[in-house]
Amino acid sequence: MNEATPALSRRRLFEIIGASVGGAAAYQAMTRLGYAEESSYRGPIKLDGDPKGASVIVLGAGLAGMTAAIELERAGYKVSVLEYNSRPGGRNWSLRGGDVYTELGGATQTCEFDPGHYLNPGPWRIPYHHYAILDYCRRFGVTLEPFIQLNHNAYLHSTSAFDGKPQRIRDIKADFDGGVAELLAKATRKGALDDAVSTEDQAILLEALRSLGALDKDFRYRAGDYSAAHRGYAKHAGGGLSAQPIAGEPIGLHDILTSRLWRGLQSFLLYDFQTTMFQPVGGMGRIGEAFARQIPDRIRYGAKVIAIQQNDNGVAIEFADLMAGGTVREVRADWCVCTIPLSILSQIPINVSAPMKAAIDAVPYASAVKFGLQFSRRFWEEDEHIFGGISYTDLPIRQISYPSTSFNAGGKGVLLGGYTFDGANSYEFTAMAPDERVKRAVAFGAQIHPQYLTAFENGVSVAWSRVPFTLGCAGDWSDEARKAHYDDLCEIDGRIVLAGEHSSYIPAWQEGAILSALDAIQRLHKRVIAS
Amino acid sequence: MRRVAPGTLALVVSAAVVGPAPADDAPANSAGMSRGWEFSEQGGAALFQNVCAGCHQPDAKGAVGAGAYPSLVADKKLDSSDFMLAVLLGGLKGMPPVGDMMSDAQVAEVVNYVRTHFGNTYSDAVSAADVATARRRAPPP
Repeated sequence: MNEATPALSRRRLFEIIGASVGGAAAYQAMTRLGYAEESSYRGPIKLDGDPKGASVIVLGAGLAGMTAAIELERAGYKVSVLEYNSRPGGRNWSLRGGDVYTELGGATQTCEFDPGHYLNPGPWRIPYHHYAILDYCRRFGVTLEPFIQLNHNAYLHSTSAFDGKPQRIRDIKADFDGGVAELLAKATRKGALDDAVSTEDQAILLEALRSLGALDKDFRYRAGDYSAAHRGYAKHAGGGLSAQPIAGEPIGLHDILTSRLWRGLQSFLLYDFQTTMFQPVGGMGRIGEAFARQIPDRIRYGAKVIAIQQNDNGVAIEFADLMAGGTVREVRADWCVCTIPLSILSQIPINVSAPMKAAIDAVPYASAVKFGLQFSRRFWEEDEHIFGGISYTDLPIRQISYPSTSFNAGGKGVLLGGYTFDGANSYEFTAMAPDERVKRAVAFGAQIHPQYLTAFENGVSVAWSRVPFTLGCAGDWSDEARKAHYDDLCEIDGRIVLAGEHSSYIPAWQEGAILSALDAIQRLHKRVIAS
Repeated sequence: MRRVAPGTLALVVSAAVVGPAPADDAPANSAGMSRGWEFSEQGGAALFQNVCAGCHQPDAKGAVGAGAYPSLVADKKLDSSDFMLAVLLGGLKGMPPVGDMMSDAQVAEVVNYVRTHFGNTYSDAVSAADVATARRRAPPP
C-alpha cells in the first residue's frame, strides 16, 4: 500500500460501518476482518485410539467447553468440567420470566416476561453456513425455526430524514434500485458506456435494468404498475367495487441519497446475515441446555477458577467453590482444555509459555448491550404488519428486532428493543443503571413505534461489559494482534490447550467456539495417543 | 494509524458503505447520548460517569465476578500519568482502548479527573498535547 494512501485503521472501519447501519454491521465487519469463511466443519469428529484412561479437566461450560467435554468423553477420556455460573451455556443464554440476573456492580434484575417469551442476551441467530452448530442441534434434538433477518415491511429510520418518519425497507430498496437503474439506463442509452460495454451487452444491460429496477417501457422509474410490482401499491388491490389498486409515488433518488437510509440496506447483503437464518424454538439457551444433557453429572457449577498450574505430569486447577462460601478446592487431571474468556483468563495465574501468556493478554473485549421489552400487544403485527425482521435506526438503540415466532396469534410480545455493538453508545448504556437503560430504550423506540408509550409492560437489559462471567461480549481481535498472537494462543502448551470463540476466525459466533474446541481436542488427542 | 492489508480493505469497502463522518448527519434527538461512534461527553466527570463507570463503577471501586475490574480508588498505579495514558490509548488485557473514541482533550480531561478524585491526589495534570504525543507512541490497539 502506498505510504500516501490515507490509512484506515480497523477500528475506524468499524466506526464507519457502525455509524452507517448500527452495531450489527460493525459486528459483522469484525467477523469479516477475521476473514470468516464458510464453516470448515465436515461432520462429526472421530477420535480414534485408546486414551488409556487419561483425564481431562475442562474449564467453562459454554459451547466450546461442552463440545470438548462431550467428544472427549465419547473417545474414552475421564472428563470433568468446572463452570463459574450455576447454569450451562455461558454466552448461549436466554432470559425468561422469573430469571434473576445480577450484573457487576450489584444491580439485580428480575425478568418479568410472561411464559413463553425470552431475550437472548448473547447469540440470537444462526447462519445456514454454520454447519457445526446446526449439526449439533440436529444430533442433540434442538428444534430450530427460521429467524427473520430481512423483512421488507420493517423500517429504516433516521431522526434527521423524512421528518423522522420511519420508511419501509421495501420502499427504500425498490426506489433506490429503481432510481439507480434509471440513471444507468439513461447513461447507457446516451452512449456514456460505449467505451466500456459492447453494443450487444448494452442491449442485455438495458433489459436487466428494466427487469431488476422495475423500469417502464421507456426505462423510467415512475409511479405505475412496473414500480408497484416491487414497492407495492399505495392503495392495495381488493375485491368487488372500488377494488382497483393505486400505485404510489416513488421516493426520489435525491431524497434517498441525502437521507442516508440506503445504508440500512447493507446488512441484508452480508454473507453472515443472508437467508436462511435459524433460531432454536424457545430461545437460544435451549442449545446450551441440550449440550449439558449429554454430559449429566460432569459439570461442577459455581466453580470460580483462581489458578491453573501444570507440570510434566499433569495440571492442577484451584477454584473457589461458590456453592460452599468460596471454599478453595483443587482438582487434578492429565490435561486441561481451558475455554475461559481471555478477559478473565488474563487475570488468572497460569504457567504457560511467555508467547501464550502474551497472546492471552493481547485481546480487548467488545462492549455490547441488548434490551428485551415486553408489550401488552403485538402492535407491530396488528397495526403495522411487521412479522419478524429488524428495523434499523440511527438512534442509540440502533435496531429493533421483532419476534420470529408466534406470528399473527395476538397476545403479548417481547421485542429486542435495542442492540449496540461497540461505539460510544454501548459504553454509555453500560454505565447506566438497568432501569435507566430500559427507560431510554422505551423512549427511543417510541420515536419509531408510538405504541410503545401505551403498550410497554416491562423490560430487561444486559450490558456485556458488566456480565460477571465474561467482562465483555467477545474477543475484539485487531489484525495486528491476530497476526502477532493468534497461533501462540491456539498451540498446545504443555498440558493445556485453549478453546472458545477467541481461538477462532469466526469471533463472537457460536460456530467459532465449537470449531475451536473440535480443532483443539483433535490435536490434543493426537498428542495423548502418541505419548 | 494502522493499515489493513489491501485485500482486507477491498473486501470491507465492497461490503461496507462509507458514509460521511457520523456528526454530519447525526440523530437530532439522542437525549444526551453520543451521536456517532465517538464520545461526545465533555469534561472529566461526564466522561468518567458515562464511559469508565460502566466497568470501574460510578464510585470507581471496581467490581468482582469471574474476573475483576480494578478499583481506581487511591490507586498507586495512577501515580504515573504515562501509565494511565498508555492504558486508555492502547488498552490493557481485556480493556479496550477507549481513548480511541475520544479527542486528545477528552483523554486529558478524564485522566486529570480520575487522578484528582476517588482518593487520588496527583497534581501533575496532563495536557491535550501530552495525549497527542502519547497517542503517537501508543502501540496499536
